[in-house]
Amino acid sequence: MQQETTTITSTCIPICIDNCNTDLIIPARYLAATTRDPLFFGEAFMRDLRYDADGQPRPDFVLNRPPFAERPRDGVNQIIVAGRNWGSGSSREHAAWAIAGYGIRAVVSSSIADIHRNNLLNCFVVPVIVSEAFRQELLTTIEARPATLVSIDLEAQTIANSGTNSRETFAINGYKKYCLMHGIDDIDFLLQSLKTHQLPQTEL
Amino acid sequence: MGKTLFDKIWDAHVVQDIADGPTQLYIDRLYLHEVTTPQAFDTIRAKGCGVLRPRQCFAMSDHNTPSRPGGEGSVEQMEALRRNCEAFGISHYGAGSADNGIIHVVGPEKGLSLPGMTIVCGDSHTSTHGAVGAIAMGIGTSEVAQVLASQCILQPKPRTMRITIDGHLGPGVTAKDVALYIMARMTTGGATGYAVEYAGEVVRSMSMEGRLTLSNLSIEMGSRAGIIAPDATTLAYLRGREHAPQGADWERAAARWLELRSDDDAMFDKEVSFRGEDIGPRITYGTNPGAGIAIDGTIPTPDGMTAAEGQQLMAQLKYMQFSPGQRLTGMPVDYVFLGACTNGRIEDFRAFASIVAGRHKAPNVTAWLVPGSWAVRRQIEAEGLDKVLAAAGFEVRMPSCSACLAMNADKVPSGKLCLSTSNRNFVGRQGPGARTMLASPLTVAAAAVTGVVTDPRTLLPHT
Repeated sequence: MQQETTTITSTCIPICIDNCNTDLIIPARYLAATTRDPLFFGEAFMRDLRYDADGQPRPDFVLNRPPFAERPRDGVNQIIVAGRNWGSGSSREHAAWAIAGYGIRAVVSSSIADIHRNNLLNCFVVPVIVSEAFRQELLTTIEARPATLVSIDLEAQTIANSGTNSRETFAINGYKKYCLMHGIDDIDFLLQSLKTHQLPQTEL
Repeated sequence: MGKTLFDKIWDAHVVQDIADGPTQLYIDRLYLHEVTTPQAFDTIRAKGCGVLRPRQCFAMSDHNTPSRPGGEGSVEQMEALRRNCEAFGISHYGAGSADNGIIHVVGPEKGLSLPGMTIVCGDSHTSTHGAVGAIAMGIGTSEVAQVLASQCILQPKPRTMRITIDGHLGPGVTAKDVALYIMARMTTGGATGYAVEYAGEVVRSMSMEGRLTLSNLSIEMGSRAGIIAPDATTLAYLRGREHAPQGADWERAAARWLELRSDDDAMFDKEVSFRGEDIGPRITYGTNPGAGIAIDGTIPTPDGMTAAEGQQLMAQLKYMQFSPGQRLTGMPVDYVFLGACTNGRIEDFRAFASIVAGRHKAPNVTAWLVPGSWAVRRQIEAEGLDKVLAAAGFEVRMPSCSACLAMNADKVPSGKLCLSTSNRNFVGRQGPGARTMLASPLTVAAAAVTGVVTDPRTLLPHT
């Protein structure tokens, strides 16, 4: 789970659903789990959009259409280009577990909901916020040529669309960048901080 | 330059500002429920670090608890919470116990959520507690583990937005309608990145229950936190509650809390204003809480929208089986749901009862009335509302999150239409294929007795 990330170069899966909430990313019935098995959560990723009530794949959904149906592996389908306001709604980190469990390493959108964005970071999936124009161009490029490679360079904070040679920088704070690049958990940082910082008392 | 209320509380809890990074923020209260915590306890076990300040943590099952005997969801999860709390010395209000209920109803009710605090929970509706004048935010499970281990979280400071609602609300218009109106105007992602303060005459005039409803829905426009400055209403609500300070401590705390407000010259990153007179009873027609209209209005048409917006609208209407330009009044409903952390408080049951008193449940409607806590249920009985409701053909169930997210047995069947006081009308939220419209307890009550979507103003008791 705690993988070190420097660059990700991969083809992308376009999931063009605006306001795609975390209930859609993982339906509530999968929240009954008490463990964090990546295989289980990967199977639950966008379950009700991928499969109908009888468990049959919905052929029209992007994750069931070649070449996007191929499970992510090095250089293939490891990046989601998402709709606007991705991950809104419930705070369930299970949504980030499902994304990571499926094999996704970065989510690109012009807006990602605050809580989900933090959850992605804590699951070592890189949230990349780009301009709406860059996102639209990416979607157009991928539609015309699904084999288009997109490169995310975490150190330089850049994302490049090889189909158009356009490139944009994205924001990520230096602390989180360091954590992602070195596979460091916030909890380790916080436990360390207790040795040097005095916490207040809650008065009441 | 002055400070906002949010800034004041935030600044008082900063442990350190990490250079080119987030703030390490001290947390006064951690609330735990059964769904988003088992993996967090596993994490602290794996780290071998234990729980730093267990007395500041309070836990209860709510998502899986049954609203009728035998209707529970995952017993394994509820048991895991009980075991974890026992192992780490955390107060736990188990399913069915007198203190149990939905965490966002119980926290304020027991005086656990107090002005000036920082409060977090692995649940996006933690924003509810901001109504008492606290910074209250939903977090993920990794962050729950962080707070268990260190009583801190790492958060970039959000920008601040003030939403001022001046004027007055008309009869039959509730805090829920105000929230649904704001959501429709702001859109479902319009407050992403912001902490919102609610202000203005309409908010000042709201009861504490109403304010909790308003803050609760902040996340539905993307804001993690919705805060309201403490005032006489806040103090009157909190005074004498189990965990509120008592005696001389109360006097000191109350004086301090009344100082907690945005300075007159405080600058917000964004200011938005609405008028109470512009807000009527609301109802949603789509699959996000921002997709709402006045109850006597019509569903939008794609005319004048961009192609993408039009497609999004039509996709929502296809799922809801509605048409552009359609009116919702007169539409038969199959289910009504009164409850959830949004509208499961005593005032919501009083409102519902005021409409159904002397009338009878429509035969085509299945009604689920689920109090937000056992304390609310006891209050319903103490006020005799249960008898009023029973005479009208309604049963008051046991406290649970229930049909808000369908983790227990209360699932709306596929294709059925539910008018609900809960907070989310997402695709499949109340059960796979279920169609949800959100509205206030008054509007839900009106449909419960007429069997169709009805403007509650036509059924209000004469005053």
